[in-house]
Amino acid sequence: MSQPPSPLWTRLLRWSAPILAAPLAGCNWVVMNPSGDIAVQQRDLILISVALMLLIVVPVMALVVYFAWRYRATNEAAEKEYDPDWDHSTKLELLIWSAPLLIIICLGALTWVSTHKLDPYRPLDRINATTAIDPKVKPLTVQVVALDWKWLFIYPDLGIATVNELALPTNVPVRFDITASTVMNSFYVPELAGQIYAMPGMQTQLHAVANKPVTGIGFSANYSGAGFTHMRFGYHAFDQAGFDAWVAKVKGSGAALDRTVYQTLAKPSEKAPVAYFATSEPKLFDAIVNLCPKPGQRCMSELMHINQMGGAGKESAKETEGLQYDFPNSHVIDQEDRNKGQETAPDAPGAGAAAPAADHSSHSGADAHAQHR
Amino acid sequence: MTGTLTTAQMIFGRLTWDSFPWHEPIVVATFCAVMLGGAALVAGLTYFKLWGYLWKEWFTSVDHKKIGIMYMVLGLVMFLRGFADAVMMRLQQALAFNGSEGYLNAHHYDQVFTAHGVIMIFFVAMPFITGLMNYIVPLQIGARDVSFPFLNNFSFWMTTGGAVLVMASLFLGEFAQTGWLAYPPLSGIDYSPATGVDYYIWALQVAGVGTTLSGINLIATIVKMRAPGMSLMKMPVFTWTSLCANILIVASFPILTATLVLLSLDRYIGTNFFTNDFGGNPMMYVNLIWIWGHPEVYILILPLFGVFSEVTSTFSGKRLFGYTSMVYATCCIMVLSYLVWLHHFFTMGSGASVNSFFGITTMIISIPTGAKLFNWLFTMYRGKIRFELPMMWTVAFMLTFTIGGMTGVMLAVPPADFVLHNSLFLIAHFHNVIIGGVLFGLFAAINYWWPKAFGFKLNVFWGKVSFWCWQVGFWLAFTPLYILGFMGVTRRMRVFDDPSLHIWFIIAAVGAAIVAAGIGAMLVQFAVSIWKRDELKVEGDPWDGRTLEWATSSPPPEYNFAFTPVVYDADSWADMKKNGYQRPLTGYQPIHMPSSTGTGVILAGLATVCGFALIWYMWWLAALSFVGMIGFAIFHTFNYKRDFYIPQDVVTRTEEERTRILAAGV
Repeated sequence: MSQPPSPLWTRLLRWSAPILAAPLAGCNWVVMNPSGDIAVQQRDLILISVALMLLIVVPVMALVVYFAWRYRATNEAAEKEYDPDWDHSTKLELLIWSAPLLIIICLGALTWVSTHKLDPYRPLDRINATTAIDPKVKPLTVQVVALDWKWLFIYPDLGIATVNELALPTNVPVRFDITASTVMNSFYVPELAGQIYAMPGMQTQLHAVANKPVTGIGFSANYSGAGFTHMRFGYHAFDQAGFDAWVAKVKGSGAALDRTVYQTLAKPSEKAPVAYFATSEPKLFDAIVNLCPKPGQRCMSELMHINQMGGAGKESAKETEGLQYDFPNSHVIDQEDRNKGQETAPDAPGAGAAAPAADHSSHSGADAHAQHR
Repeated sequence: MTGTLTTAQMIFGRLTWDSFPWHEPIVVATFCAVMLGGAALVAGLTYFKLWGYLWKEWFTSVDHKKIGIMYMVLGLVMFLRGFADAVMMRLQQALAFNGSEGYLNAHHYDQVFTAHGVIMIFFVAMPFITGLMNYIVPLQIGARDVSFPFLNNFSFWMTTGGAVLVMASLFLGEFAQTGWLAYPPLSGIDYSPATGVDYYIWALQVAGVGTTLSGINLIATIVKMRAPGMSLMKMPVFTWTSLCANILIVASFPILTATLVLLSLDRYIGTNFFTNDFGGNPMMYVNLIWIWGHPEVYILILPLFGVFSEVTSTFSGKRLFGYTSMVYATCCIMVLSYLVWLHHFFTMGSGASVNSFFGITTMIISIPTGAKLFNWLFTMYRGKIRFELPMMWTVAFMLTFTIGGMTGVMLAVPPADFVLHNSLFLIAHFHNVIIGGVLFGLFAAINYWWPKAFGFKLNVFWGKVSFWCWQVGFWLAFTPLYILGFMGVTRRMRVFDDPSLHIWFIIAAVGAAIVAAGIGAMLVQFAVSIWKRDELKVEGDPWDGRTLEWATSSPPPEYNFAFTPVVYDADSWADMKKNGYQRPLTGYQPIHMPSSTGTGVILAGLATVCGFALIWYMWWLAALSFVGMIGFAIFHTFNYKRDFYIPQDVVTRTEEERTRILAAGV
């Protein structure tokens, strides 16, 4: 697939972006200075839309200041211009409606095109501005689960999984399948691409590509309860050799992620240390999305299928046990769990160093909840 | 709710000694301070024997002017509470660096930011604008009161009831820890089992009844009670924007009520509208709440657009430029505000075409808004601008709001929103438009209409101190937030581990301190002005006003106008002055007025008790207060003493007094 010639404005922008972004580069404005191609395009879009709007914002602000100064009551020079009954001018009215309209037409067209082009669900067609993707290359899939309050990453193609650490090879398209265990979160790595919500019982998708080896952070960008503030993970983009070494390291951990381990992992905990799993149960992510990771629970997909086929009859109305997913206080860390909080992440290399003792100052309220039930 | 209930549980529901936040020293200290202050207030009122006066002249009054002032007082009190929350957040975020957890734990901090949002929108901005519309609209259209005076009193007390519930959550139980819109499943019973979300639900439900009824009331007033000659296109612009805002209230608040009913059903009787399991759909809640939530922001800003129109025109000494396009722009905004709700969650994954649609409709709103800004601009053009305090706030608004509008359109581009959504950039944006638009507008309005309400102007020196503190403080507090947004910092964070962010939070905290000084200066301004009110005394029309409210005395008599004015022009008072209007000096008639009633206080009090009982699962009390409410409402229908006549000689005396003052002034 060949790259279409870029229009003038993109070339202009590419040329001027470093200058526009120069004051920003000094102080780590990661959103303005990202290392993934999708985030770079999103940054460009911010700059173009600001430039477009400044076309009208600057004159307006200048005129406000100028008119306020020029027509102040104490200015005798403007006295003869005073016209208390002047309240209409068809030409001016046309101008004040059409000037913003023109800007919005440009911006609207830009929005339509860019929203479709940068739709998180759309598979990528380029690695960066100059390299197109070979359509034969299959993207690397990463399954993302937002847990209370940590992140689980499953690499189904590689059979591995990690907690609170995301690593990607550079210049390889990646597809994230995203869900959550209990409440809504938002999966966001500013270096890589814009965010998308992680929602329980649902699956969202994000396509992205890392272009430079980099170490950064990712986090939940949607408040999800008491442990939200620490719901952050390390993000690493490696070149292919580095990534292979990382995969080998994860595989070396020897731990296995199965449904039992997942149950423990899914319990609320804060500041969970990084954990590696050499193997991961293949159907686990589907089970999480369908709200049936626990043995004995019925999967939503199964239920939807039954309903689609006409339902299971009146007798089934009472069989609600396997359908229960949410349970009281499931979002609250109880004292006992807090004390052994670190155990929720089995096999954490360097866990000793990477796991500061969580401050449990919030438990008093959490305990109070438990009493009320 | 398992097993047998003890007697205490039957009486007090889930309220126990442990429900009091003994373990939170900050709350205990606040509680002590509030109790001491409250005791001093009660003692003072009792000592000066003011209870009877307050009850008879204010609490039970159905006079739209007094109710308007009570709304403003409620807004001011809650503003101080909401601002205290803001200061606590800024302090926490400035402290929680380098391994420090700050001084607030998650349980407390999460309540603080939730309460800040809820209070500022529902119990500060809403009472302020409702109070303003209540006071000004009937005067601007030459009416003697609103269409339903008793309903007006009842609406006010329902809003106050909601505020009381929010304040009660500070000392009894806890407030929601969910963010100000309480998204499920987090706000569901499984993830928020304590009283917090119930306080949220019932405070908003009780206050929501008040808001909806006051919306209906003001629409009826504007549609039915305009002075003869005042066709729709001769209405003052503030009345127009109020009409549109109230139409939005009536059309959108029922959505909020219904959404919260569904959430309460989930929480109280175990339905599954918004749960994860049993086919619940939390995304539906997010859609519904924003179908209310987006019109809500226009409910807040539209009346203030009206204020800016009045102020610009008055202080430029000119007719408003483009009255017709101003009216159409307002109506465009009103309609379009219903077509943009999804821009609050582009990141939910709705698909490119849906996202583009809502992104583009959002941008389209900026066209009529831009037209309005140009209209104010050309009103200033060839004018004679007096830079009194209201005009200063208006110019500050034009500059601040333009920036806020621009950052808003940036967020309306979906792919750009993907990187800025939920970041501090978003926080900076909406404070930029809400402070720069709603709050600056309110300050302009307070400075503009204060002499109307009290008969004396506000002190200019302290007003200017407040103005400059706000300008400097606002930009110092929120520019760092814009920058932090570009650094990928998300909202509602309690602790930070990147030391390079620290400096920005310190600057923001300094900004908040300067804003605090601005608020302090405003309170001093009120105090000094009341103290020196004789020096600041004015006659009916201190600003050379252009609309009807300035045609009567300041403060206006209980009946507003001895004779209903006749209108020939949009700027009717300017028109009357220009054509040599002579105030009639004889021929006064007795004036038919509505009577005061305590029913509003009692009904709203019972509603508040009912809400409180539901929050704490005191079912007997909930049932009792609900039945009491219905019973008392029926009882009130048998009250036939609803109106009275102000006798002719009282009217004559009042008007002759004014004639004397006018003659002395000349």
